[in-house]
Amino acid sequence: MQTAQQQDMTWHDICALNDIPKNSGVAALVGDQQIALFSIGKEAQVFAIGNYDPFSNANVLARGIVGSIGDTIVVASPIYKQHFELATGQCVEDETVSVESYAIRIDNNRVFIGLTA
Amino acid sequence: MAQKKKLVVIGNGMVGHKFMQAIAELNGQDGAEEYELITFCEESRLAYDRVQLSSYFSGKTAEDLSLVEPGFYEDNNITVYIGDRANHIDREKQIITSDNGISVEYDKLVLATGSYPFVPPIPGHERENCFVYRTIDDLEKISAAGKTAKSGAVIGGGLLGLEAAKALKDMNLETHVIEFSPRLMSVQIDDGAGTVLREKMEEMNVKIHTGKNTSLIEQGKDAVHKLNFADGESIEADIILFSPGIRPRDELARDSGIEMGERGGIVINDQCLTSDENIYAIGECALWGGMIYGLVAPGYQMAKVAADHIAGKENAFKGADMSTKLKLMGVDVASIGDAHATTKGAKVFTYINGPEQVYKKIVVNEDSTRLLGAVLIGDANDYGNLLQLKLNDIPLPETPDALILPQRDGAVAGIGVEALPDTAQICSCFDISKGDLCTAVADGATTMSAIKECTKASTGCGGCTALVGQVLNKELEKMGVDVNTDLCEHFPYTRQGLYSLIRVNEIKSFDDLIEKHGTGHGCEICKPTAASIFASCWNDYILEKEHAGLQDTNDRYLGNIQNNGTYSIVPRIAGGEITPDKLIVLGQVAKKYNLYTKITGGQRVDLFGARLEELPDIWKELVDAGFETGHAYGKSLRTVKSCVGSTWCRYGVDDSVGTAIELENRYKGLRSPHKIKFAVSGCTRECAEAQSKDVGIIATENGWNLYVCGNGGMKPRHADLLATDLDRETLIKYIDRFLMFYVKTADRLERTATWMNNLEGGLDYLREVVIDDSLGLAEQLEKEMESVVGTYQCEWKTTIEDPDKLKAFKPFVNANAADSNIVFVEEREQIRPANEDERKQLANA
Ligand code: SRM
Ligand SMILES: Cc1cc2nc3c(=O)[nH]c(=O)nc-3n(C[C@H](O)[C@H](O)[C@H](O)COP(=O)(O)OP(=O)(O)OC[C@H]3O[C@@H](n4cnc5c(N)ncnc54)[C@H](O)[C@@H]3O)c2cc1C
Ligand code: SF4
Ligand code: FES
Repeated sequence: MQTAQQQDMTWHDICALNDIPKNSGVAALVGDQQIALFSIGKEAQVFAIGNYDPFSNANVLARGIVGSIGDTIVVASPIYKQHFELATGQCVEDETVSVESYAIRIDNNRVFIGLTA
Repeated sequence: MAQKKKLVVIGNGMVGHKFMQAIAELNGQDGAEEYELITFCEESRLAYDRVQLSSYFSGKTAEDLSLVEPGFYEDNNITVYIGDRANHIDREKQIITSDNGISVEYDKLVLATGSYPFVPPIPGHERENCFVYRTIDDLEKISAAGKTAKSGAVIGGGLLGLEAAKALKDMNLETHVIEFSPRLMSVQIDDGAGTVLREKMEEMNVKIHTGKNTSLIEQGKDAVHKLNFADGESIEADIILFSPGIRPRDELARDSGIEMGERGGIVINDQCLTSDENIYAIGECALWGGMIYGLVAPGYQMAKVAADHIAGKENAFKGADMSTKLKLMGVDVASIGDAHATTKGAKVFTYINGPEQVYKKIVVNEDSTRLLGAVLIGDANDYGNLLQLKLNDIPLPETPDALILPQRDGAVAGIGVEALPDTAQICSCFDISKGDLCTAVADGATTMSAIKECTKASTGCGGCTALVGQVLNKELEKMGVDVNTDLCEHFPYTRQGLYSLIRVNEIKSFDDLIEKHGTGHGCEICKPTAASIFASCWNDYILEKEHAGLQDTNDRYLGNIQNNGTYSIVPRIAGGEITPDKLIVLGQVAKKYNLYTKITGGQRVDLFGARLEELPDIWKELVDAGFETGHAYGKSLRTVKSCVGSTWCRYGVDDSVGTAIELENRYKGLRSPHKIKFAVSGCTRECAEAQSKDVGIIATENGWNLYVCGNGGMKPRHADLLATDLDRETLIKYIDRFLMFYVKTADRLERTATWMNNLEGGLDYLREVVIDDSLGLAEQLEKEMESVVGTYQCEWKTTIEDPDKLKAFKPFVNANAADSNIVFVEEREQIRPANEDERKQLANA
């Protein structure tokens, strides 16, 4: 299943595509990293960012509400409601803050997260 | 040090108190003389809002009506002789003496003695149960007599007479109004208006007798009194209220030889000075330009002028506008300027809508360019606009009748508020100009409630509310603040607009909603709002596939998220009543899952520190033991607190616990714009603190009193008394209507208290909707509530029975591990979340 398009990238099989409820998120555990996975829109576009909310110091971003600001897809932290861009992990309210963002690949209805080793 | 000069004020009514406020601010400032302040207050309480006197009968207390900020007299070192009448002025020695034997010297004296209701010398006027309507003491007597009476009659059909009639109506008495002249309110309005007003009153079952001269009051047959009229007719009534007019209380001045008007009143000049250069008169006892002003606003102006003059500042009283707008038994009545078209060459335009009982008339000058006066009955929405046109002498549109004709095409006639000068007085009750409002907005008061709080504008008679709102919006617009009431960038609607769309078009999913009426992907504002509206309208299970992602995390996981990402668990304990067995279960469950346990402020128990994955197991044990979700996480009914009530309490007059439980079970699960809290007390001692709740209920000897729109929390607000002495069935009917009307019309995250503060027409309007069904909505509201009540389910029970839903409570989609970041330490023998340092220490250990 591994292709050679990106060096040093390990792809982890996480779950089936429909394990992520539409327009909503779930958390995944890869090693000791907590990752928040989201599925957006009719065509189920999937994003992955870190699950750790730097404002509340809790692992909760997967439990936020997803939506859009203009054309940017974001999640709002469930604790203090800061927004994070799903494509980049950048915090909208504070440009000095961001969380990790991860590469996603969908293969045969399975969701893979790419981690640089 | 030389002794301070003395300034004595006789009378602590509305105007006397206003004067005290004004002088306290100026006293000794900018090099002015500093006086020692002394006042005589004949009544048993300090100044209160006489204009709102009638609201005493709809639940306001003497305390609510008080005009005096706590500590005002103490802080300003003002000596007050309460319950003491000044009875003599010795002008030569400059000494005042009083009934209680006090005698005080004065350097300056201010008479603010007000007026008294005239009681015509009809034989029999001194019989028992004959009252006047002027002070809280009067009202207390009337209220006591009302307990045993069945009927009442008011003599006098003027403004105050009709106010008094409302009090009789509020006491559920058969009500008569007897007026000497051929129409009601003959001073303020004309024949046509009088007819419409009369029809409205009669529709409310008030018996109007015009053209009647009462000649004798004697023992009645079926009631306490029989009132005989000069034309031979008669009626019977248990209570009589005299209100044919007021007379200035000028006796002190008269006895001391100060100049009087021919028909009474203390003559004053433009500085409010009487014929004695050390004595001022202000308010309803003063006669200026041959005129006594029976309204409070001119009195306030005089108070300011007199205070300024004493402090050496220039100011003058130049007469005042006598326009008024009132709600008499729910009927709008307004009169502006030359209502009777007595100005030479005046022209009149009249609009009458028979079926809807609306009467509007404007009086314009000879060439139809300026407004001279107006009369409005049944619909006084134009009052603010018309008044400003007159006061500011603004040119009229070419066809002045457009000002009162109905705007069928939705256009807004009249003037824009921009046309007004900054000096234009917008709120006459508190003398707030347009400029004052603009300053307040610039200083950050950008909502109607904020404006009310910092300027007081529109908190008096309420006549200026619409205009104040217009000024606010215009100012916000000018400041570049978008007066955008859109819910968020995804929906160009208010919450109320969205509610109607969903209800009317039977929209049941967010995808459908945003596709038809919105843009983008939604957000954390519109999604929970839509979810809440879906629940209010259709009451589906909130974790239904298409709704789950819309819910705020608390609703999504049916618990309140805590600072470390764990959740709290609050089972419903309706009315705060719990069996020992159930209490034991709570203890056992808390112990088994090691949860922090606390009694909440809402009379129930909160278990904290449950991890996401533990929630279903914990709730299964609780549901099996007979518990239900307490909706502590939802914008929905929280708790109905209760006191122990008549079952145990020696003072209780009804079963508050039983009622609380019944209400909690009825409304549990109702999703609303914000959380809703109730409380029920078993008697007026009010141990359940019902008057601080969205819905408060207090037992009385005659049934339940229903209070609404109270709030604790960030900005406490006392609840308003909506209805009294209700039986169980009516109580529930009114609450159904009230709650559903709130759910329908409130903004997102607007508690009932704020909603009420922003509600145009306020409590009166709410009463009309809920009790008189003025919008014809009552039946629909009750039906909608019935459907919510009928489709209740315990969300936790539904959830634990559905394996598919339980998946959401797995911490990780791909692993059966726990979040290692959640760490507890112990404190006072229970767990609490570890703080950052503790977490690090524990990780290194
Ligand atoms: C648990 C409790 C405190 C306690 O330990 O006693 C509590 C806890 C919370 N309150 Fe409260 N309130 C609690 C009683 C109250 C009361 C007292 C009462 O209800 O009699 C008040 C004042 C009364 C009122 O609401 O008018 C109160 C006024 C607030 C407010 C301010 C509301 C306002 O209109 O100003 C908030 C903030 C909000 O809702 O926006 C709030 C919000 C909260 C939240 C939900 C904050 C949050 O989002 O985390 C807290 C979480 C509850 C949890 O984790 O379970 N809580 N809160 C009480 C739960 C009562 C219950 O059994 O359901
Ligand atoms: C039911 C009702 C409804 C009203 N509605 C409106 C309305 O909608 N709009 C409006 O503008 N106005 C209204 N008014 C009129 C308004 O209340 C008066 O204009 C206002 O109260 C006048 O204030 P004042 O201080 O001159 O007199 P008051 O408020 O009457 O105060 C005079 C005080 O002086 C005391 N006093 C008198 N003599 C002595 C003495 N010798 N020694 C010590 N104390 C003395 C009196 O006991 C009284 O407390 C209403 C009045 C009533 C009764
Ligand atoms: S409110 Fe009245 S009935 Fe209830 S506990 Fe207090 S004193 Fe007793
Ligand atoms: S005019 Fe009476 S409240 Fe403003």
